[in-house]
Amino acid sequence: MRSLWSRPVAKITAGAALVLFMALLPLLNITIPGIFPGATYTPGTLQLLAYAMLIAALALSYHLLFGLAGMLSFGHALFFAAGAYGLGIVLRNFSPTWMPADVTFIVAILITVLIGFVLAALVGSVSLRVTGISFAMVTLAFAQAGSVVVRRNPGGQTGGEEGLTLDVSQVPDSLVGVLNTRNLYWLALAVLVTVYLVVLWVEKSRAGHVVAATRENELRVRVIGIRPYFVRLLIFSIAGALAALAGAAFLLLQSGVSPRVATPDFTLTLLVIVVLGGVGLRWGAVLGAIVYTLLDQRLTALAGSEFIAGLPDVLRIPLSQPLFILGTLFILVVLFLPGGLAGLTRRSAWPHRPKRGSGERMLETEETI
Amino acid sequence: MSTVVLLLITGLGLGALYFLVASGLSLIYGLMGVLNFAHGSFLTIGAFIGWEVARRLSDGSWWALAAAMITGALVGALVAAATEFFLIRRLYNRHIEQVLVTVGLALASVALFEGIWGTDPTYVTSPSWLGQTTEILGARIPNNRFMLIVVAVLVLVAIVLFLKFTRYGLIIRAGVENRLMVTALGIDVRRAFTLVFAIGGAAAGLGGVLASIYYGYVSAHIGGSLLIFAFIVTVIGGLGSLAGAAIASVLVAVLQQFANFYLGGTGDLAVVLALAAVLLLRPRGLLGAKA
Amino acid sequence: MSTNSSTNLSSNILTVRNLYGRIEGQQVVEDVSFDVPDTGVTALLGRNGVGKTSTIKSILGLIDRTGEVTLGGRRVDRLPTHKVVQLGVGYVPEDREVFGKLTVAENLKLAERSAKPNRALVEKLFPDLVQRQAQLAGTLSGGQQQMVSLARALLNQNRLLLVDEPTKGLSPKIVGEVAQALLIAARTVPILLVEQNLQVIRQLADRVVVLSGGRVVFTGEASELLDHPERIQRFLGVHSGSGQADAAVPA
Repeated sequence: MRSLWSRPVAKITAGAALVLFMALLPLLNITIPGIFPGATYTPGTLQLLAYAMLIAALALSYHLLFGLAGMLSFGHALFFAAGAYGLGIVLRNFSPTWMPADVTFIVAILITVLIGFVLAALVGSVSLRVTGISFAMVTLAFAQAGSVVVRRNPGGQTGGEEGLTLDVSQVPDSLVGVLNTRNLYWLALAVLVTVYLVVLWVEKSRAGHVVAATRENELRVRVIGIRPYFVRLLIFSIAGALAALAGAAFLLLQSGVSPRVATPDFTLTLLVIVVLGGVGLRWGAVLGAIVYTLLDQRLTALAGSEFIAGLPDVLRIPLSQPLFILGTLFILVVLFLPGGLAGLTRRSAWPHRPKRGSGERMLETEETI
Repeated sequence: MSTVVLLLITGLGLGALYFLVASGLSLIYGLMGVLNFAHGSFLTIGAFIGWEVARRLSDGSWWALAAAMITGALVGALVAAATEFFLIRRLYNRHIEQVLVTVGLALASVALFEGIWGTDPTYVTSPSWLGQTTEILGARIPNNRFMLIVVAVLVLVAIVLFLKFTRYGLIIRAGVENRLMVTALGIDVRRAFTLVFAIGGAAAGLGGVLASIYYGYVSAHIGGSLLIFAFIVTVIGGLGSLAGAAIASVLVAVLQQFANFYLGGTGDLAVVLALAAVLLLRPRGLLGAKA
Repeated sequence: MSTNSSTNLSSNILTVRNLYGRIEGQQVVEDVSFDVPDTGVTALLGRNGVGKTSTIKSILGLIDRTGEVTLGGRRVDRLPTHKVVQLGVGYVPEDREVFGKLTVAENLKLAERSAKPNRALVEKLFPDLVQRQAQLAGTLSGGQQQMVSLARALLNQNRLLLVDEPTKGLSPKIVGEVAQALLIAARTVPILLVEQNLQVIRQLADRVVVLSGGRVVFTGEASELLDHPERIQRFLGVHSGSGQADAAVPA
């Protein structure tokens, strides 16, 4: 099994087949009761799947930070919010008459991604002066500041607590309205594939190797004359740009954005997703995002069900809180399933659990036999 | 002048709250290297249960308040000690996983609080004197600020005395400096771990009861919002330094009050900027040990 | 090369068999086996970086270890550090590791494991510390810190002392005092000593165990090594004439 999958050709074929299958989904009539709200061609299901794919793209960008570089950031939601709010604000304020509407739209998305990159570079340049736990706290503080700014509604741009509504006049018609959910679904798929490929490229690049090496042993990298700071900053900025891209697509999909996505809690959700899926694995992040989103959606539906309402308080109260269940599940995964969901399938291939050194995660990256 | 006095004393009161959260965070981090995201939940549960007790005794009397404070501290200590014993200890020396567990606990517990006490704030009734004001140098200061300051100072003194004059205090101080060497002297440092969690939890639980007087209500998110500022305080003060946490609590809260008043409600941003400045100039914080 | 020649009739307080040690996944001790008899000083020698300190730390469980370690007939290789120490091990770590923000008195108090610590011995050996008991240990000189570190081990009734480079970086006068203190201690408790200073080794060691590349390459009576310049040259990389076993370490 494993030897087959480790062959690049097989991997690429399987990946392409999966993407193709996902692309065809809106044209098919598949019903999975209990997981999807309806058949796969219905807008409700497509919306949910598109949402899950964008969260997966965001989780992948977080994987660059946490999984690849070992940077425990609590501020990643900031860049997702920058993408969502950024695109909304850019679309509203940027409409040069000399540019065709569609081109303006594309340029607006590019500007948004650039905003994500620059913002991440700024935040990163300060935060990366410290490492480890301090870094986590500092990124959290920046995210909190971002959240405060968004809620404060500066210049009437972010809409404060109400959130921002997408100005559809600047958006191509094919991406507006329930009837076009299918197109938004394909857009989300395209974003996910793009982010996946960029993440793959970064991981295989020299910078990716260096930053993975600093995760394991910073000293060794310093010895060969590389300052980890700049490589980390680069990775941090790229992850910020990718998060902004996912955020921009999120705005289009939801035709609006609420300040919830700027809160530190949203980053915590992201962390839960990545760990749930399996730290250090690209498809672990994707799997975690899909499972989390579907579970969240189904648990919310369950919370409102009559079955739950009929239970005694001791059971009803915890079960009617999806986050309580997800949080508990997360704790159990951390305690008992260090490899996450992805680790479940790989467990048989591991002769023993990866040994953990003090404070540093040691991830098995090399293929044995 | 009166405005400055008002802002200063209110800042001190808020700083007192920050300190009650940050002192535990800093001790726990200093001794164990654990960043405790669940600390806000210790505060919230202390506040909720403290006020449940107060409400059942009598509304608004001093001794009901005292009962609330004692209950809050006890509940905070118990929940914190249990957290250390059942969750953190299993992941000994795996700092990232320890952080993750506390993150999960924070998410789950806040959801649980919402399930039990609802999403709306629960208003609390405290002795009427606390709701009145006292005039100092022309400034009308809400009386509860004085209580916050007094309690926080008492907690600070108590922790300092404990650290200075007890065997476990000695073990904790030594452990903050060099945990491995403490075990190499034949001391089971894990008991000290449970203890710092209990102490931190007690301070947080007490802080929860006081925070609900400051804000006038309890909600499931009261701990989480204070926690973020407590994190900032511990980084600015220097991770693991109790004195640093005390000084930074006051600085951060006063700065926040002044920026809110004079710079158009930008207190939160000013605090984050201060954090950035400290990191650029002195990454280990005001009184932190060399990283 | 003999394995057990020195132990006439006496038994071993410490036996180490097939000990492996790891720091962050890296092997630093590899298949080390040796014995420490229950009297006298056993010197653990070898060039810089061969894993002497790591061997000591593995015995105590301060780093991840596997293998068999027996202390006074009891297996200790699965015990946590504090339990091993409680069985009667005094540890004087490399670089002293005193608690700099604690006073001298607090440093000593922390180390006392029994209700009746041997304060008299410590006060006799290091009168300086009595005068300085209120001083923060971080403000002491290197030599004074070494006294604190030694005192922490000598305060307790131990069955074995693990002493790691006690003379490193000290002036010749202090080196003499440290050696003297160890000589007195060795009358009552067996010592496993890591040391670079050949003079000190000659003065103290009864037996030697030599490590190279994380493994034991020589064990025997001290004289079997120290009276053979070519062995000293081969195992420690120095000429017997020089006082230092390693030129990189200043006296």
